[in-house]
Amino acid sequence: MGGQLAIRLRGVVKRYGPITAVNGLDLDVAEGTCVGLLGPNGAGKSTTMRLLTAQAIADEGELEVLGFRLPGESKQARAHCGVSPQLDNLDVTLTVEQNLLVFAHLYRVPRGERREAIERALGIANLVDRRDSRVDKLSGGMRRRLLIARALVHRPRLLLLDEPTVGLDPQVRQELWALIDLLRAEGTTILMSTHYIEEAQRLADSVLIMSHGRAVAAGPPVDLVARHAGREAVEVYGPPERLAEAEAEARAAGFRTRRTGTSVSVLGIDAADGRAPQGERRPTNLEDVFVLLTGEAID
Amino acid sequence: MAAAVERVRRLHRFELPALTGVLVREVINYSSYWRSATFSSTVEPTIYLLAFGFGFGSLVSTIGGYDYVEFVGTGTVATAVLFSSAFPAMFGTFVKYQFQRTYDAILAAPVDAEELVTAEALWMAARAGVYGCVPMLVAIAFGLDPAWGMLTVPLTGFLAGYGWACFGIAVAGFAKSIENFSYIVSAVLTPLFLVAGTFFPLDRLPHWAQVLGEINPLHHCVQLVRDAAFGTGSWIDLARVGALVVFAVAVWRVAIYAMTRKLVD
Repeated sequence: MGGQLAIRLRGVVKRYGPITAVNGLDLDVAEGTCVGLLGPNGAGKSTTMRLLTAQAIADEGELEVLGFRLPGESKQARAHCGVSPQLDNLDVTLTVEQNLLVFAHLYRVPRGERREAIERALGIANLVDRRDSRVDKLSGGMRRRLLIARALVHRPRLLLLDEPTVGLDPQVRQELWALIDLLRAEGTTILMSTHYIEEAQRLADSVLIMSHGRAVAAGPPVDLVARHAGREAVEVYGPPERLAEAEAEARAAGFRTRRTGTSVSVLGIDAADGRAPQGERRPTNLEDVFVLLTGEAID
Repeated sequence: MAAAVERVRRLHRFELPALTGVLVREVINYSSYWRSATFSSTVEPTIYLLAFGFGFGSLVSTIGGYDYVEFVGTGTVATAVLFSSAFPAMFGTFVKYQFQRTYDAILAAPVDAEELVTAEALWMAARAGVYGCVPMLVAIAFGLDPAWGMLTVPLTGFLAGYGWACFGIAVAGFAKSIENFSYIVSAVLTPLFLVAGTFFPLDRLPHWAQVLGEINPLHHCVQLVRDAAFGTGSWIDLARVGALVVFAVAVWRVAIYAMTRKLVD
């Protein structure tokens, strides 16, 4: 079934009054892959996620999820999707197990399979011995794991993760990465929005960078980095005047640059044979591409 | 493969599994708050019953040939129905979409806004049907004679409760903030609650108030319960049932419209 698309968007536009949140977006997610939707706040990631469950209706464009056309066949599509939202919406006065039971019903897990589905989800969330705890007694990390496990209770073909690790400690984030990586290895198709670049770089087979509601680049992280930022960069440090100077010089020499706040990164110096400015050499990364393509300043 | 099979069975606009999914959530949640819900839905109307029944009852001993406690005891069934449907619907709906974001989670599942609203209203209607009986049971304890007709009271409570639950959901759907509810409570619910024939008969009121009473769904509920309890039913009651059905269907559609607008961008 390789090559079949789990998600296919063409020219999708979504406006909220005068604001165009999604502006002609094309997006392909092949079955069995993990795609990261990367972009600064306000780029249209969350709106895109809502469009995929028909909780927002597009003004223009074509949307297909698992072969179902939206919004008309959205209910069918949703039956095979799991959604982990950015904002925790667990039932906090219920226990872990009760939350999973409710979703086993909402996602129509047949009666005879419910018990097993809940046990499996408890295992995924690593909350087997907390099954009887009320959700408001759980830590932030546990709640996140439960939120993801809740989305998996019916063995969906497509998992939508909206900012799965936002606001969590680094340790907890790594724990969730391990979980997502496991799901990926099992062949679940995943679309994950994030504004953590490291997250996308580690987990995604392919990344789509969004800015102002449209895709500005798409491809495997390694390819994107190679294409837009080369292999190596040089960090030039100094007072603001020195940075501006270094930036101007590098640009005049035909290099792409980006500011990091405390330094200027001169990108793609691997082919520069001696013309590169003096400074600290480092490998390029997805963040370089991200800043390059989505603009230095937040507007 | 799996996709091809699935495509054969198109999902309908109303699906029983979607309704039961939402209902299961409510029933499980109810296990964590049934005490407070039961308390507010039953104690308050009972206090009205006792206060008016014995307060006014000492001045007015009978109304239309009935003991005043019996008159109020049957009337406050409608009060209990209102308190256990419209109010939880307004506040509960608002909390669930605004603060708990429960409805976002439900609509991401194979449940549409129409099914969500319907299931929520059915649940509150069922509660209203049960809680509505409490004042009548209290009145029986104070001497109201049981009658077979009283078995229809839960059904009347369910029907009226469905309408009032949808009314509450619609109000929550249109409200910009939870403070907006005070307008509805003061300007709509309180007058309707007083001009329903619960505490005094409407036939001595000025003509305009009587007309108002006849378009008040709560009044139909009061009359249906009284006719069932006192055995005074007539063909007019069929018209009252019809009025409650019209009310329920109309506000049901309005509630779906309001919530779809609220939940789907």
